[in-house]
Amino acid sequence: MTEVPEPRKPDVWDERVAGFLSAVRQRLTGDYEVDEFGFDKHLTDNVFLPALKPLYKTWFRTEVTGVENLPTEGGALVVANHSGTVAIDAVMLAVAVREETERYLRLLGADLVFRMPGLSELARKSGATLACAPDAERLMRTGHLIGVFPEGFKGVGKPFSERYRLQRFGRGGFVSAALRTGVPIIPVSIVGAEEAYPMIGNVPSLARLLGLPYFPITPTFPWLGPLGLVPLPSKWLIEFGKPIETASIEGDADDPMVIFNLADQVRETIQQTLYELLERRPDPFS
Amino acid sequence: MSESTPDGITVLVTGVSRYLAARLAARLVADPAVERVIGLDPAAPSAEVEPYLTGVELYESELRTADLIRLFARNEVDVVAHLAISTAPDPNRGGRAAMKEANVIGTMRLLAACQQVPRLRKLVVRSSTAAYGASFRDPAVFTEGTEPRDLPRGGFARDVLDVEDYVRGFGRRRKDVRATVLRFAPFIGQQTDTRLSRYFTMPLVPTVLGRDPRLQFVHADDALEVLHRSVVEDHPGTYNVAGRGVLTLNQAIRRAGRLAVPVLEPGLSGVAAVAKQWRVLDFSLDQLDLFVHGRVVDTEALVKEFGFEPRSTAEAFDEFVRAHDAGPMSGSRLRFAEKLILERIRQARASLGGDDD
Repeated sequence: MTEVPEPRKPDVWDERVAGFLSAVRQRLTGDYEVDEFGFDKHLTDNVFLPALKPLYKTWFRTEVTGVENLPTEGGALVVANHSGTVAIDAVMLAVAVREETERYLRLLGADLVFRMPGLSELARKSGATLACAPDAERLMRTGHLIGVFPEGFKGVGKPFSERYRLQRFGRGGFVSAALRTGVPIIPVSIVGAEEAYPMIGNVPSLARLLGLPYFPITPTFPWLGPLGLVPLPSKWLIEFGKPIETASIEGDADDPMVIFNLADQVRETIQQTLYELLERRPDPFS
Repeated sequence: MSESTPDGITVLVTGVSRYLAARLAARLVADPAVERVIGLDPAAPSAEVEPYLTGVELYESELRTADLIRLFARNEVDVVAHLAISTAPDPNRGGRAAMKEANVIGTMRLLAACQQVPRLRKLVVRSSTAAYGASFRDPAVFTEGTEPRDLPRGGFARDVLDVEDYVRGFGRRRKDVRATVLRFAPFIGQQTDTRLSRYFTMPLVPTVLGRDPRLQFVHADDALEVLHRSVVEDHPGTYNVAGRGVLTLNQAIRRAGRLAVPVLEPGLSGVAAVAKQWRVLDFSLDQLDLFVHGRVVDTEALVKEFGFEPRSTAEAFDEFVRAHDAGPMSGSRLRFAEKLILERIRQARASLGGDDD
């Protein structure tokens, strides 16, 4: 008879193998939980996050400050600048929140994301949902952290020459959602995404043909083919700003004056912090 | 007639030759608060349904206004439970045209007749969560107040919207009648032989590539409980009826021990048409949309109003799986395989003797 690992000292590899096999079996038998938005914690923790961590840590060398501004429980609205041609900054922000805290960031995405097969499945499983008021309010009411990018495609699709210049904030739907639920707004500034995929050109005719908001040209895409999809190794800084309380102004959720003032306040904070972060990082590839 | 309480009510159940309505009729017959149960259906009950209908006064008739008025004149009906809503066209009963006729025109006629019954106190209508449609632009969770963004593509969903419209109109004309509209998620349970159960028991289950829609089910027994309470208690309004929580399509297929075969989305309608031709599967357009985008509803209003919570979607589905034979990828087999592989690896490592790390 062959020897089975004895219990005298904990066998690390045996635990790893057993853990891996049991995780695979759980996947294959459907023995995991998915929430009503389609968030699959099991898959996110065991597959998505481990896959993204090298990109976050080694490739982009992300530095995070101000995590103490994120509430440890209850709903909150995380508002960040959006850039970098493909929305990789949203993904990195979600990784940052999970790495630095015990919480998950539930991203709100454009309907384009949920129209596309494959991408829509990944988005839902990683906890994202459609950017619309009912979903945002439902998540915040049930105590989740949600992440929004009010610049939308205007932010990700802006040319490299306009890097780190915040675009218009739309109608401020995120502000009224926060006001209605009374959760704090946490402004976040992300530096690094602009240089990861610098967009130096746009082919509107191709974009129209493919039904996309823009068709990007970067120094590597589409010239290097699939290799052009590899982001440049820029240095990333993410700063979480001081929370802006909305509970005291609850009830004014439909007043456009209140909404625009608050949206401007958030926008100014993010823009100022972006300039400060850029001074801290003079060389984008340092 | 059998003995009953003096103020026992008389209930008319439509569509009684079908499983759900027949079982509701059986429950009402057994309820002492109900004096008489009248069952109405154009078709004679099948052998499967017949045992449920003992004690039910059967009328084999279409929903024609004249017949209905005569029926109401002869019987003092207090409650109408309208369950004669078909979810799918039956090729042996006239296909889609007959289905629409029965669902939409049938409801119109029934409500027209009901309007002239002063005694009538309550109307319970079977509806469906299909009324919300399914698209990528919809919120993740539908509440009773959510309006569908697009008109749903499928016949059944459109019928359901029409039926609900007529019920609203009826409610405006007869404010004294309490109307309960129940939007049911797809039924699943031990006994029900539905298209859904046939789908999940196929050896290879077709899915859509790159999509893993969130699904919800309601156990047939819980659906009956809600229907029963709506008839004997007072719960006016519109309610979603579904099991809490969700299963994604792939998760459900895996729990059923089956293998998913992803199909490309652009060719989906074509594949469905071919499958229909071959009588392999028969899915309508709204169900295809459901299998691409999924549909989840909020049941807070139901739980609060009825004081009853249907078993969760996962529980209902697991009961269904236990009642049917497990597929080739069943949980016990995979657990066995897991143990076997782990043992093999341990043996291999032990025989190599390399236990230092």
